[in-house]
Amino acid sequence: MFGKLSWAAIPFNQPIPMAASLMVIVGVLVVLGLVTWKGWWPYLWREWLTSVDHKRIGVMYVLLALVLLLRGFADAIMMRSQLALAAGGAQGYLPPEHYDQIFTAHGTIMIFFVAMPFVVGLMNFVVPLQLGVRDVAFPVLNAISFWLTASGALLVNISLVVGEFARTGWLAYPPLSELQFSPGVGVDYYLWALEISGIGTLLAGINLVTTILKMRAPGMTYMRMPVFCWTALAANMLIVAAFPILTATFGMLLLDRYVGMHFFTNDGGGNMMLFINLIWAWGHPEVYILILPAFGVFSEVIATFSGKALFGYRSMVLATLAICVLSFTVWLHHFFTMGAGADVNAFFGIMSMIIAIPTGVKVFNWLFTLYRGRVRYEVPVLWAIGFMVTFVIGGLTGVLLAVPPADFVLHNSLFLVAHFHNVIIGGVLFGGMAGYAYWFPKAFGFTLDRRLGAVSFWCWLIGFYLAFMPLYIVGLMGMTRRMQHYADLRWQPYLIVAEVGAIVILCGIVATIAQLVVSIRRREQHRDRTGDPWNGRTLEWSTASPPPEYNFAALPRVQSLDAFWALKQRGPVVPAEHYESIEVPSNSPNGFVTAFFAVVTGFALIWHIGWLAILGLACAALTLVAFGWMERIEKEVSGEQLAAAERTRLQQATPA
Amino acid sequence: MSAEIGTAEFPGLGTTMARGGEGPAPVRIVVAYGFWIFLLSDIIMFSALFASYAVLSGQTAGGPSGRELFELRHVGIETLCLLFSSYTCGLGVLAVEHRRLRGFYAAFALTFVLGAAFLGLELSEFAGMVARGAGPSRSAFLSAFFSLVGLHGAHVSAGLLWLTFMVAQTAVRGPRDFVRRRLLCFSLFWHALDIIWVALLTLVYLMGAH
Repeated sequence: MFGKLSWAAIPFNQPIPMAASLMVIVGVLVVLGLVTWKGWWPYLWREWLTSVDHKRIGVMYVLLALVLLLRGFADAIMMRSQLALAAGGAQGYLPPEHYDQIFTAHGTIMIFFVAMPFVVGLMNFVVPLQLGVRDVAFPVLNAISFWLTASGALLVNISLVVGEFARTGWLAYPPLSELQFSPGVGVDYYLWALEISGIGTLLAGINLVTTILKMRAPGMTYMRMPVFCWTALAANMLIVAAFPILTATFGMLLLDRYVGMHFFTNDGGGNMMLFINLIWAWGHPEVYILILPAFGVFSEVIATFSGKALFGYRSMVLATLAICVLSFTVWLHHFFTMGAGADVNAFFGIMSMIIAIPTGVKVFNWLFTLYRGRVRYEVPVLWAIGFMVTFVIGGLTGVLLAVPPADFVLHNSLFLVAHFHNVIIGGVLFGGMAGYAYWFPKAFGFTLDRRLGAVSFWCWLIGFYLAFMPLYIVGLMGMTRRMQHYADLRWQPYLIVAEVGAIVILCGIVATIAQLVVSIRRREQHRDRTGDPWNGRTLEWSTASPPPEYNFAALPRVQSLDAFWALKQRGPVVPAEHYESIEVPSNSPNGFVTAFFAVVTGFALIWHIGWLAILGLACAALTLVAFGWMERIEKEVSGEQLAAAERTRLQQATPA
Repeated sequence: MSAEIGTAEFPGLGTTMARGGEGPAPVRIVVAYGFWIFLLSDIIMFSALFASYAVLSGQTAGGPSGRELFELRHVGIETLCLLFSSYTCGLGVLAVEHRRLRGFYAAFALTFVLGAAFLGLELSEFAGMVARGAGPSRSAFLSAFFSLVGLHGAHVSAGLLWLTFMVAQTAVRGPRDFVRRRLLCFSLFWHALDIIWVALLTLVYLMGAH
């Protein structure tokens, strides 16, 4: 009746997971209780859960990322504490089987449910506004994408309470992840959560590529698109090209596990290196899916706060596209030790080093934009400058790892761990935080508290160096990754410093939360009525903050790069005399309902509850059919309403 | 001089605005374009399975190989069914664009029958192999074979369900704009399955039978 599911699935005998589960459950109950008590359900359902507005969906993506950052960070600080303690004969406080789940969950959550929703959310929110259009190409599909991502995140977190998570590392290499060596449900949680959220990401990618290529304001030619849109285009093309490989690869592993096939098994002719090749054919482009939008954020931030057009726009676009293409030619550098031979390794080593060239072009473009600019040191700029220093160090260690002989020594060491945290924290996370501080006033109509923002930045920056520079050193001393304890006492001082670094980062996270709370409470002091708090250059700043549902009362006409800046140079903005009525898509519960059944189906498959899986899948299919049967209803906003709204906005924007 | 935030009509555009400066494309273009991109991603998913098949096709683990299992005559009939169903699907879409509904129903009924025949032949091939002890868990080669061909078959099955839905929707709603947009997407999907099948026929059956 319930497949593998029984009371034994709940880890009553393990105090740490139980305490963590209790905290999560209590937290969820408190939030749900508060929403019920305050009577917010109708508002939430109407304005958020069923919204198909790209701005709302973008905000929800970023919120999902920030909440799961807490979960991923909790895992991180547990690991750092364990390693600060477990030296010599000491075993620390985490038994190996639990420690293995923690590092797997940390990697999985941070990449798939923090970094991904953070950048996808920013792109979702910003790209249509920068393109000067009213929404993405497929608004309902956009909601489905978000809710599928949230479903995956939910499944990963259910594993905390019911059952276990994978103990395989964040990419679940076979044969360890095969049924023979991982008979529990942990790997199944991992696989189904990522299959579901991966489909969501793929659909989001298709949506944004179509939006950027087919829906731009009149006059917005390719070479007039803001750089963030270019990086979003490149990242989403990579999503479309790479995520299907992930879906197929995990699909094959699922077939191995569920119906006894032999894709990656030890016996029956399976080939585990096939999995590792395929997964990195997705995995390396994935790195650029994350970092390219971050590059876009920094380009916007640096140009805006230097009060200058971006230096070398064309070279920036070319560098972005070069990285986009090259990212598919380097995957083998993740396993030089496979033994493919010197020629193959040399090819992939050289290709990996070549990527440093377009990246270097970008760094110099940012530097030259800052040079002789009137730089305003607002919080987004702090993140951008912190990024430039940190990311260059991460890039240098990356080029070092791209040398096959060096990689043979450093493979799977903490040097590698330090390298990818260096580029992902220093690049993607700093980019996300810069974008968060930069576009927050656009999303909500008030700016974030500056002082706490700076505190958060400095804690993250200092904490990062304290936490990861020691890992480079112990990596060079021979410490491998994923160790639950170690015998060499010389490593311990470095790992204690790393623990201190993690605590400093914790202060940064607390400062971020405090910043949000303080800014919301003092929102009237931080109010921005102009819609353009930073003296921006691109079209998102030309509309109200927060923008109306339809973004622009009339589509802007673009005549140059930095369209809004050019418009401001030509004089004060006046409302047009005539507005045509427009249609905006009405809300749809399609995404929420589909995702609900996706969670049910995923849970049933994880626990081998056949009837429930069939029921869930049938309901999901019925949902699609039912919503497909109805014609989409659009709400009309009349020209008079638009004109009135524009007049009010421009009156408020003009200082009295 | 004051700048205007733009109006809904765009005077002075047209020829001077090169490369996509005309504003958002019409819905039909956007929908078909987005669907094309979806199909490309689908083809990439297949290519991951094609790559796996290429790596694993020799790994028979002492079990039967393609040469012993594949019957080209059977596969030939399957191919004819599928390719001809694409032709009828195309006729159906043309008919609905010209508002000739009876022609549309006939063409789509024929498409359904041919698609179902393809599927039936494929299932009988699978059943025969399983009965000979050459099921998907016999060897890595057979795992890759069943997954690749089966994934295509699953697409055909989904296509048949979609086809049925579209015929019903056309019957009830009439050939309205949104219905015809979906029919266009359906026909793109159905033709893409042909492209994949041609690759599959070549790489799996023709090269495997020798």
